[in-house]
Amino acid sequence: MEMTGAQILMAVLKEQGVDTIFGFPGGAVIDIYDELVKTDIRHILVRHEQGAVHAADGYARASGRPGVCLVTSGPGATNTVTGIATAFMDSIPMVVITGQVPTHLIGNDAFQEVDITGITRPCTKHNYLVKSVDDLARVMREAFYIAQTGRPGPVLVDIPKDVANARTRLNGDPQVRIKSYQPTYKPNMKQLKKVVGLIRKAKRPVLFGGGGLILSDASEAFTEFARQTRTPVTTSLMGLGAFPGSDPLWLGMIGMHGTYRANMATGNCDLLIAIGVRFDDRVTGKIDTFAGNAKIVHIDIDPTSIRKNVQVAIPVVGDCRQALERLNALIAEEGIVDFDDRHRGWLDQIETWKKQFRMAYDQGEEVIKPQFVIDKLFELTQGQAIVTTEVGQNQMWAAQFYHFDGPRQFLSSGGLGTMGFGLPAAIGAKAACPNRQVVDIAGDGSIQMNIQELATAVQSCLPVKIVILNNGYLGMVRQWQELFYDRRYACTLMDHQPDFVKLAEAYGALGLRATRPDQVAAVLREGLDSDRTVIMDFVVEKEESVYPMVPAGANITEMLLV
Amino acid sequence: MKEDKHVITMLVDNEPGVLSRVVGLFGGRGFNIESLSVAETVTKGVSRITIVTKANPPVVEQIEKQLNKLINVIKVRDLTNVDAVQREMALICVKASPDNRAEILRIVDIFRCKVVDVGLEHFIIEVTGDEGKLTALLSLLHPMGIKKIARTGAIALMREPK
Repeated sequence: MEMTGAQILMAVLKEQGVDTIFGFPGGAVIDIYDELVKTDIRHILVRHEQGAVHAADGYARASGRPGVCLVTSGPGATNTVTGIATAFMDSIPMVVITGQVPTHLIGNDAFQEVDITGITRPCTKHNYLVKSVDDLARVMREAFYIAQTGRPGPVLVDIPKDVANARTRLNGDPQVRIKSYQPTYKPNMKQLKKVVGLIRKAKRPVLFGGGGLILSDASEAFTEFARQTRTPVTTSLMGLGAFPGSDPLWLGMIGMHGTYRANMATGNCDLLIAIGVRFDDRVTGKIDTFAGNAKIVHIDIDPTSIRKNVQVAIPVVGDCRQALERLNALIAEEGIVDFDDRHRGWLDQIETWKKQFRMAYDQGEEVIKPQFVIDKLFELTQGQAIVTTEVGQNQMWAAQFYHFDGPRQFLSSGGLGTMGFGLPAAIGAKAACPNRQVVDIAGDGSIQMNIQELATAVQSCLPVKIVILNNGYLGMVRQWQELFYDRRYACTLMDHQPDFVKLAEAYGALGLRATRPDQVAAVLREGLDSDRTVIMDFVVEKEESVYPMVPAGANITEMLLV
Repeated sequence: MKEDKHVITMLVDNEPGVLSRVVGLFGGRGFNIESLSVAETVTKGVSRITIVTKANPPVVEQIEKQLNKLINVIKVRDLTNVDAVQREMALICVKASPDNRAEILRIVDIFRCKVVDVGLEHFIIEVTGDEGKLTALLSLLHPMGIKKIARTGAIALMREPK
């Protein structure tokens, strides 16, 4: 039976198990929308295309399934670019479908025409312009396949209007094979045996995990590995939740705003086993002296990550989970080493570091400390909420004070650092996990970058909770200015803000505010218990800073501690 | 770290935008391109791209890995330290006055080049060879006055086992 391109698109989306699409219609995709509403795929209408991509991203991070969004040509397509780059930097599986002007007009500067495959080439894992309806099914299947396999990432498919309307038979094999794309999943056993050899010899090992653990569902194997070998664990921002934050072996996050003991342990370890990480500069600080006393093992599915930033003793290319499961088996097989006894001195040293500098703040009676809000949020949600963040101080405090016990619980723009990510990502996460409490921890600056998505949350009945740490500043930049620019607060003061409570009400959400420490718990309780979308505006200490802090380019053991 | 010249050859899908992906990768990651050449192979739908780059060993490793990561790149090979043949070609328009015409033709003969266009005041010379040969020829022709030059990038193939 002949079908239109739009019908074929729907057939493949169904075949791929897509249940939710985030999007915004327009002229070039009107035919696709006309078919979409005939299916049972849920469409969530956003207020800005950037919001659609972040929401699809949040959906993917929370569920592990690829996020899908659909937007029109021209400005619809260009508005997706920040969202795509965000997903690309954090390796999030996503398929972005953009409309395009009819093929005969491409290159003519037609109305709402833009070369979106050209624009997104450096920030997608791959992209396609579909020139013929006969290619559509194959391209869509390849897009889903590429997005989810190997190191995941966003794939963009640009569909001209006439291709959506042209007719052909649904053709081809749902099974995708691409001869030039064959990611390595199975790690090399010889390399893994060498790793085990190093583990048996190490006296001061540290495990360093990243987002790759979450992407490959390796948390369980990772946790078993750490416990079996009694090895202390740190993760990057992207790895939070891959190892239980309540475990005694947990060191806290590494890097620029990592804990004292995590950074000290990394600086002093003799073996660093890095899994699913890419050694970002926010993690390593001064690269030449990073883990300067250690042999480094690096396990990652992406060969380009290995030896890109740091030289390693043993590189292992492969899927994180498979590598960890094999390592666990090898260690069990090779008989018992009393790791407890071997690492005793090292774990004691770490305990000393832990006592030397604790994550602490002094909550007085007058002004709310932002950390206190997160502490209370953690307590009142029993650590079970899915937390999204914006970017800046709010993000770092969320990472430091909400102790994540499970994967896919902390959703944050790590690589690109996109302000405006948190609210739409929360909406996407809520769409994926309707029974979970989803909280966006925001700053008063970043929440305004995609505040329009409040309407999406209300219209689509996706009641997310927004916690604004309102200090009237672009806080992280202000902090840098305070520390490194002689307190010259160039353009970081936001002394005019909307009334967030009234704003929430105007959007049909619930608005709450706390200005004193003794109001914090009550506001959080009311907001969390409500079945509506809620903004909780916490007026916090204006010039509070995030500590510890490693100044950019310094060794990570050289932290500013107060 | 010392930067050396590397000849990198790759087979790619012959699709629109593939060259732009490859070149964009070099530009975006700050890799250098000294020369580039691209044309179809005998296999339908497959092209060969040859890029000459200057880079230190870790950067060359990254270049190869990053190229391999592109979905449309089928195979990548660094031909620098393997037994390979390498050629480039140039068309050189050189001024030819009555008193140096014979000299130019002698040089053409020595270098086994060809004259492909001739006029009252110029020759266009076609030359093929490795980089050294082209450089040597150009230095000899330079005093006569080179009006115009068009050079291809290098192309290279690994030798088959004997």
